[in-house]
Amino acid sequence: MNKKEGLGMVRTKFFTFAEGTNKLVLSSGQRIGPITLAYETYGSLDKDKSNAILIAHALSGDAHAAGFQEGDKKPGWWDVMIGPHKAFDTTKYFVICSNVLGGCKGTTGPSSINPKTNKPYALEFPLITVSDMVNAQKYLIDHLGIKKLLCAAGGSMGGMQALQWVASYPECVRSVIPIATAWKHSPQQIAFDEVGRQAVMADPAWKKGNYYGDTKPERGLAVARMIGHITYMSDQSMEEKFSRKLKDKNYSFSFTADFEVEGYLRYRGDSFVKRFDANSYLYITKAMDYFDLSGGKLILQGKDIDTRFLMIAFQSDWLYPAYQSREIVHFLKTRFANVTSCEIKSSYGHDAFLLENDEQAHLIKHFLKSTHNQTKDEKR
Amino acid sequence: MKKDNTRLDHKIIYSIIEPKSRVLDLGCGDGELLAKLVEGKNIKAQGIELNNKAIYKCVERGLNVSHSNVDDGLKGYPDKSFDYVILNQSMQEAKKVDYVMKEALRVGKKVVVGFPNFAYLTARLRVFFKGKVPITPSLPYHWYSTPNLHFLSISDFRSFCLEKKITIIKAYYLGEKKAIQILPNLFALNAIFIISR
Repeated sequence: MNKKEGLGMVRTKFFTFAEGTNKLVLSSGQRIGPITLAYETYGSLDKDKSNAILIAHALSGDAHAAGFQEGDKKPGWWDVMIGPHKAFDTTKYFVICSNVLGGCKGTTGPSSINPKTNKPYALEFPLITVSDMVNAQKYLIDHLGIKKLLCAAGGSMGGMQALQWVASYPECVRSVIPIATAWKHSPQQIAFDEVGRQAVMADPAWKKGNYYGDTKPERGLAVARMIGHITYMSDQSMEEKFSRKLKDKNYSFSFTADFEVEGYLRYRGDSFVKRFDANSYLYITKAMDYFDLSGGKLILQGKDIDTRFLMIAFQSDWLYPAYQSREIVHFLKTRFANVTSCEIKSSYGHDAFLLENDEQAHLIKHFLKSTHNQTKDEKR
Repeated sequence: MKKDNTRLDHKIIYSIIEPKSRVLDLGCGDGELLAKLVEGKNIKAQGIELNNKAIYKCVERGLNVSHSNVDDGLKGYPDKSFDYVILNQSMQEAKKVDYVMKEALRVGKKVVVGFPNFAYLTARLRVFFKGKVPITPSLPYHWYSTPNLHFLSISDFRSFCLEKKITIIKAYYLGEKKAIQILPNLFALNAIFIISR
């Protein structure tokens, strides 16, 4: 049992920008503003502001990455990795996590009020990309007075954002840790996202996105989440967790949840709709599908890069298979980038990056330590 | 005086590498040699290793190491990316030695190859008198558990270089504790070659 103490109580802060005529120009060419970002920080920024780490969350994550908030039964989503003496050691580093643009946990998204109409944006909200999310994060980093991040890290869509930081602001990231991720969504990944979106949009309660203040498209979103959860596990982890175990002793000979796996998926779906906005689900999955830094877009030809890479993949992850991480490593070799990569043995599938994982923690901890030391040496 | 525990092969390779050069160690193990080179010779190091535990050790040492087998490890690197490519005790573990050597000579200006000598005296005696596959200090494995896929002698390697038109810049022959000069194919446990195109 890990006796490491956590962060204790934390709170979410807010930062608003792109106000008045200074709207943020999006990849689509559309403009949006003002934008509020919800974010949390842990640890303290050192004098020369060289110990800042940006944590980027995945599809359903939020700014609350670690510690407890008032009324929390469970700590933030990556508490196993972030805290005093953990992988992202908050006694050494200043850790920042913000909710993505288009999200629904305090950052401006489709459920936010459109200042033009004083009603929720719903589908008036412009389509966004991972690049737009990162541009918004850059405003936050500037606001905090940080010129260069020691590291941008995250799993799944968080890993995409880390990679996007390299593509958009290579001079602002000393290192990146993209975990269980890809530099472009494959047709299989797009397909799963599309099924999820169709489930939401097929729910009569969705009403072309205008459900705010009314019944929410909970069934549709729950189905989308159930599909998601299947893709986050592995055949082996499902066998270990559920096998064919029944909830009761005998078959019910009805369509109630007989098997534990059915009960689990239903529970996951039902609890998700309480905390997540269906339109945000559509926007964010679409942003992931648009993501593509392949073919030299990650590091432009002729550009020297001093960013260090730690690429982590999990061998049982079939949603973001290890070959996708290998593709990135292969490209990084062609650009002579400093790269460390590891395919960790785990049976947990895509979920592995979120769970307690000693190997992952070990790699991150030591990678950050040597990167931080190199940064200090360069300053001397 | 403190006892020097540095492996003889590491000492020799360390002496070969020029300061501040770019070095790739293909099959770098736990990164001991690379870490020494970074510390003492200020080289720019990249390791390639297949074993997860060894990778964790490399990362502990602050090294860049990418996860791959020996055969695929060099794919992607532009020609002459490194001043040296080191294959110490890893060439004989490659599936396609021919291909790996070609890749190493493409990616590295010079290649440093270290391998155990199968024609070592006691190895020959074991085959001749006992009729058994050699087990020596440099070939310590049983036939059923050895990671080595290929067995070669110093003479074999010289013939290989001749046939493939590879230039041998220098060769070192290693006994148990020190370098040896006389009849290396008979008396050397290990050999280290510096080669190039």
